[in-house]
Amino acid sequence: MAQKGSAGNQGPDIRSDCFAALEIKKTGGIKIVITSKVDALYKNSIRDLAQQILEFYKVENADLEIIDRGAISLVLAARIEAAVKECLDTKNEFLLDMIPENQTRTEKDHSRRSRLYLPGNSPKLMLNAGIHKPDAVILDLEDSVAPNKKSEARLVVRNSLRGLNFYGAERMVRINQLPDGLEDLEYVVPHYVNLILLPKCETSDQVRAVDEKITRILAETKLDHPVYIMPIIESALGVVNVYQIASASDRVAALAIGLEDYTADLGAQRTREGRESFYARNQLVIAAKAAGIQAIDSVFSDVADMEALREVVLEAKSLGFDGMGCIHPRQIRVIHEAFAPTEAEITKAKKIVLAFDVATEKGLGVVSLGSKMIDPPVVKRALNTISNALEAGLIRENWKEVDLE
Amino acid sequence: MASKSVKNAVGRMIPEMINGKPVIPFQGVHKYITDGKRYAPPLPSSANYPEDGNKQVNDLKTALTKAGIKDGMTISTHHHFRNGDLIANQIFQVASEMGLKDLVWFPSASFPCHEPIIDYLKDGTIHHIEGSMNGPLGRFASQGHMRGAGVLRSHGGRYQAVQDGEVVIDIAVIAAPTADPFGNANGLTGESACGLLGFALADSQYAHKVIVVTDNLVPFPCIPWQIQGNYVDYVVEVDHIGIPERIISGTTRITRSPDRLFIAELTAKFCDEVGIIKDGFSFQAGAGGTSLAIGNYFGEIMREKGIKARFARGGSNQYLVDMLEEGLVDYILDGQTFDLAGVRSMRENPHHVNTSPFTSYNYHGKGNFAGIVDVVILGATEVDVNYNANVVTHSDGYLLHGIGGWQNCLFSKTVILPIPLFRDRIPIIRDEVTTICGPGELIDVIVTERGIAINPRRKDLLEKTANSKLPIMTIEELKKEGERICGVPEPVNLGDRVIAAIKWVDGTVIDVVYQVIE
Repeated sequence: MAQKGSAGNQGPDIRSDCFAALEIKKTGGIKIVITSKVDALYKNSIRDLAQQILEFYKVENADLEIIDRGAISLVLAARIEAAVKECLDTKNEFLLDMIPENQTRTEKDHSRRSRLYLPGNSPKLMLNAGIHKPDAVILDLEDSVAPNKKSEARLVVRNSLRGLNFYGAERMVRINQLPDGLEDLEYVVPHYVNLILLPKCETSDQVRAVDEKITRILAETKLDHPVYIMPIIESALGVVNVYQIASASDRVAALAIGLEDYTADLGAQRTREGRESFYARNQLVIAAKAAGIQAIDSVFSDVADMEALREVVLEAKSLGFDGMGCIHPRQIRVIHEAFAPTEAEITKAKKIVLAFDVATEKGLGVVSLGSKMIDPPVVKRALNTISNALEAGLIRENWKEVDLE
Repeated sequence: MASKSVKNAVGRMIPEMINGKPVIPFQGVHKYITDGKRYAPPLPSSANYPEDGNKQVNDLKTALTKAGIKDGMTISTHHHFRNGDLIANQIFQVASEMGLKDLVWFPSASFPCHEPIIDYLKDGTIHHIEGSMNGPLGRFASQGHMRGAGVLRSHGGRYQAVQDGEVVIDIAVIAAPTADPFGNANGLTGESACGLLGFALADSQYAHKVIVVTDNLVPFPCIPWQIQGNYVDYVVEVDHIGIPERIISGTTRITRSPDRLFIAELTAKFCDEVGIIKDGFSFQAGAGGTSLAIGNYFGEIMREKGIKARFARGGSNQYLVDMLEEGLVDYILDGQTFDLAGVRSMRENPHHVNTSPFTSYNYHGKGNFAGIVDVVILGATEVDVNYNANVVTHSDGYLLHGIGGWQNCLFSKTVILPIPLFRDRIPIIRDEVTTICGPGELIDVIVTERGIAINPRRKDLLEKTANSKLPIMTIEELKKEGERICGVPEPVNLGDRVIAAIKWVDGTVIDVVYQVIE
């Protein structure tokens, strides 16, 4: 192993991040040099954390330099650990406390209208992601992370899964293409990740490989939280195999399409009208629905053009998609509004929810509307429709009273 | 020199003497009432002035010499040119060349362009600064390099200090975008047009000698005369008084940061929900990116409701001018224009009115406008759990900002501070702020991206939001959330030496700033 290692980002524009450089020595004890933007307020806590990590890895003689630009503890810890791991061959993980908010489970049909991509090696963008209330955040280990930064990004993503409050958003991680992606799983599955995005998925075997690895990690770590899979179809072969992929595992909760790579694979240009990808999108929706799962559309890359985004989302909804990716927090609201239920959907949902209330009040096990029996999943969907309508401001909080009048 | 200290009404220890002068500690809001008379400068006689009204002299040095500049004098300037000011540095360059010592600079604010002043503090030309110290000057003072203590005042407090004689201006140098040889001047035209000259108004009226410097000399009369030539002793024409593109450098775009936009929108929603945004209301939002966004959201809400505001207080800029021209606002009462759209509007639109600290903020006036404004949006570097707020120092102790109109605006009916819960790793809500600039009893609402805290004194606002979906939290809860993310900050190591006094609007001292130990 090398005697020198480093991790993190530095430079005048870097904020909420740090850079750590470690050199292991034979003698001389531990020397820690910290240059921090928040030195006046956190110099002792940064030093304590660094010492704790070096002690944990039994490093006794080393020079550690930390150039800090206001990183919070879980980022500092990830950077220092990554620097250590460039020098030492160790599987040991230095884990900070897991916050209770990040031990939540989600349902397979959890609302996934919006999911916000967050580059896995850019902690600054993660800090406030949750306040924008996307349905999900995607901590990305794949395309947004430079090849030589993959290992350190895993630690940032792992620590964020444990310690960063995403305020109720479903916690997703996009792993790398297989086989590397299988190793990524070890860094995220034990930390209550809710869903794994599998990029460039082309065959059902790939899904099964991910499924098996997840199952094995959960068993080894004695955890039983559900971990879903969302394969991303990004090639012609993927489209051809799409139903097999959708039905390859019970963990598959949704299919997503990645149009940049897909059009490149076809040798076509991606256009605003999207005729080149119409078949693929359609095919993906059909396969997803046939398998009883959600269909999620690609991202819209012009973050300044909200009107065009709205059109694209409305079109996606009309094709049967249940959600879209976001690359900027400002896209979230537009997506939620465009996916908001229609008046007819709301009317129907109201009736079902009111019937459900009556049944609950009377202690009935079965909900009925007129002569029709209502299945529990339908009730759940209706409740979801109402909550989406509330969020979009389409109905009032007190709609029940108003409707009864 | 260390002197005895006394605890003031917000619990801060205040030395009895600062810069060799006795200090009155802050006694509480509206508690300090003085009597006596307004300060008056020496009585001039027009017989001593040129009968043809031509007060022009060759250059700044001649004017300063004729004005009798000597060691220890107080020299004032205004900050309407912001970071594009060329005159303040020149004054002290001339003074330094003349071998003068121990002058006091009394600017209405300083900017990074005034970094060369450090040389004149070092060579003894200037003893200390009474005014805001931004960036490099603040750092210099914080490190204990300034001989005297800085004295920071609000825009209104500066007027008060001049009116009650706490500060006697020996020579005021008023850089004017347009002036005539009699000394009439305005900020509306000329290549350095800055809109108005309100910050120089007190200086023109109360200084012993007044010098107008212009790069756009027009024949008498200069109309309108925002500064009246009847107060002016000398007029100097120079090539350039400012750098136009830096004068309007205050022009900020609406923030594009999604996090700040989130805070801005939440602030606007709050105002709407508690009923502040109603027909005929009034507001003041600053020129920062977040404040501009809030003004924009106000506009959207007003359009939707079909209502308009009676007036908006400026700093004005394109966005506020657009609202005026669209008819969303009846009047802009403007203290400073931040861009050319503001200058143009003030020049052409009688509904865009120039104001001064006298009309807006002055403590010794028979009332002022500050309390009439329904809602103001202000910034802060820190807020404590008692809602006391800091706007001048950073959490590491460095003095880096001026007070501006901030303290004066606290008298508005509702004061809202939209601020992120933490900047980098630094939590904004603290047990105690580094420097108290505004007492918590005047600060009503803190809006952060993670929740809104309402001062318990504002029971009305708490009631109005009791059943709302807004994320209302206590300030302690917000503090806890910030510290959960950032960690609890360690105490900062500060020296004993007082490097600056923070005045309250009435002239008492609300807090002092200590030297930073590096």
